[in-house]
Amino acid sequence: MREYLQEILALTMRWVRRLSREKFSMLFTLVQPMLFWLIFFGNLFQRAADTQVVQAPNYMSFLTAGVVVMTVLNNGLAGGVDLLFDKENGFLERLMATPIHRTSIIVSRFLFVMGITALQILVILGVASFFEVRPATGIPGVAVILGIGMLFGIGLTAISMAMAFSVRSHGDFFSVLGFLSLPMIFLSSALVPLAAMPTWMKTLALFNPMTWVIDAVRPLILSGWDAAIPSVLAALGLLLVFDALCLYGGARAFQRAVG
Amino acid sequence: MNAVIAVDVVGLGKTYDGFTAIRDISFSVQKGEIFGLLGPNGAGKSTTLRILITTLRPTTGRATIFGHDVIREATTVRRQIGYVPQERAIDRFLTGREHLELLGALYHLPKSVLKQRISELLKLVELDQHADRVAKTYSGGMKRKLDIACGLLPNPSVLFLDEPTLGLDVQSRLTIWEYVKRLRDQGMTIVMTTNYLDEADQLCDRLAIIDHGQIRIIGSPQELKAGLGGDGLTVTLEHPTPEMLERLEHEIRSLSCVRSVHARSQGVHVRIDAPEKALVAIMEAASRIGGRIASVEYHRPRLDDVFMAYTGHPLEQPDPVSSGSSSL
Repeated sequence: MREYLQEILALTMRWVRRLSREKFSMLFTLVQPMLFWLIFFGNLFQRAADTQVVQAPNYMSFLTAGVVVMTVLNNGLAGGVDLLFDKENGFLERLMATPIHRTSIIVSRFLFVMGITALQILVILGVASFFEVRPATGIPGVAVILGIGMLFGIGLTAISMAMAFSVRSHGDFFSVLGFLSLPMIFLSSALVPLAAMPTWMKTLALFNPMTWVIDAVRPLILSGWDAAIPSVLAALGLLLVFDALCLYGGARAFQRAVG
Repeated sequence: MNAVIAVDVVGLGKTYDGFTAIRDISFSVQKGEIFGLLGPNGAGKSTTLRILITTLRPTTGRATIFGHDVIREATTVRRQIGYVPQERAIDRFLTGREHLELLGALYHLPKSVLKQRISELLKLVELDQHADRVAKTYSGGMKRKLDIACGLLPNPSVLFLDEPTLGLDVQSRLTIWEYVKRLRDQGMTIVMTTNYLDEADQLCDRLAIIDHGQIRIIGSPQELKAGLGGDGLTVTLEHPTPEMLERLEHEIRSLSCVRSVHARSQGVHVRIDAPEKALVAIMEAASRIGGRIASVEYHRPRLDDVFMAYTGHPLEQPDPVSSGSSSL
């Protein structure tokens, strides 16, 4: 057990160190979602969006939940990329030839992606508070938002790793990523509430786990515990199934790739 | 005294989606020798190596490292081996020292041992001046040296090297040959793949020629060359027609001092027993068919002759320098 922890720690520190060596990349990773979506998009649509439709004091307060979950989505789906590069340049094989527990590589990646995502969520909520958007459920609400975000992120990262271990080249990987990410955002309640969508889009959005996650995070920010608890419980139930499926798929892909 | 078997491979085969990468590979490597797998790209060398380092499961057969099965006792095997991959498997954002520290944690080496071992290894591969620079600033040769230091970190009983000098300049190649020989002299067993004839000839104590997934012959370079018997003679004609070459080949084949004849594009390659008789007889044969000799080249048996004799085709040699610069 001590050895297992030592392996996970050393491999996680490798990801942290890599990020710290790419200072620009780190800055953009952390800043991009709030700059782009929250500040630009939020302010841009502040007056175009009808507060009656979004059921919020203003568009930015409505959008904050969407930006939080979008960050989880993007980090999760990109979470396997570095393993893919490791696979392509032979570093993964070098690691697999050492006497480590097979799962330490995977666990280290989960830890790192989840850590970065949690940090970003906190920064987004911090920036939102500059625009007078503060979670109605307070600090405990933020903890629940982080918990839901992590649960969603685990499944997404597992999908991303499964892809990394299965694709033939990183070109394929990025095509699938580009194909998945935007529709997942538009076909969800991130930018517009379900009630305001055309029926066919609403139907599709209901099958998107993102919608469920956003609809659990949003009342935690806008309304309060009474409104939030039913949707939080629904999201937790859904995420347990989602994560189980994704982790199973990821484990299969990993086994096929490395024996 | 019985030699200790370090690596034992019996009837190894690997099939991917109906494609047979290797078939019925068997060999054994004695402790303290440099064993080479020589063959062209795609011959199955790397597949064989990957099975031995436990990262690929064979379809048939078995392999053991000092008696431990590479599948059933994979973790035990992993503790005894070091691996230097073919690609420059380097993390560009980590320094040389950080690579070794990471691996040190993965092998659970005690801190005090690790620190000393890292500084020894960095000195051995002459990277001690560059240990704290990130690897993306390293040249191809330096990355290769770091690769080798990484392979040596666990102080392995068997070191596996996949194409150790592919794409390196002449100076770096010679340096790496020196390391490998020094390690062998200290008692380490080394298994390497190569598609350089000169590397196989000068570095390996014994080698297996592998082609199309199968082993053609195993022996020391000296044995293999001596086993061919006779010296080589390459006769080139001026503007030969295909008919002339065919007749020349036929004429030469009937001579008593000739062992074998192979047609080349501009002439013939002949294996002979007694040069002083054969030379004259072959010149006469050439003039009988009305050919004019452009050149005659005489040489002792070389490893490329061995390769040719057992695989039926010459080994294409990648250019050491040009193929390497692109990967940096």
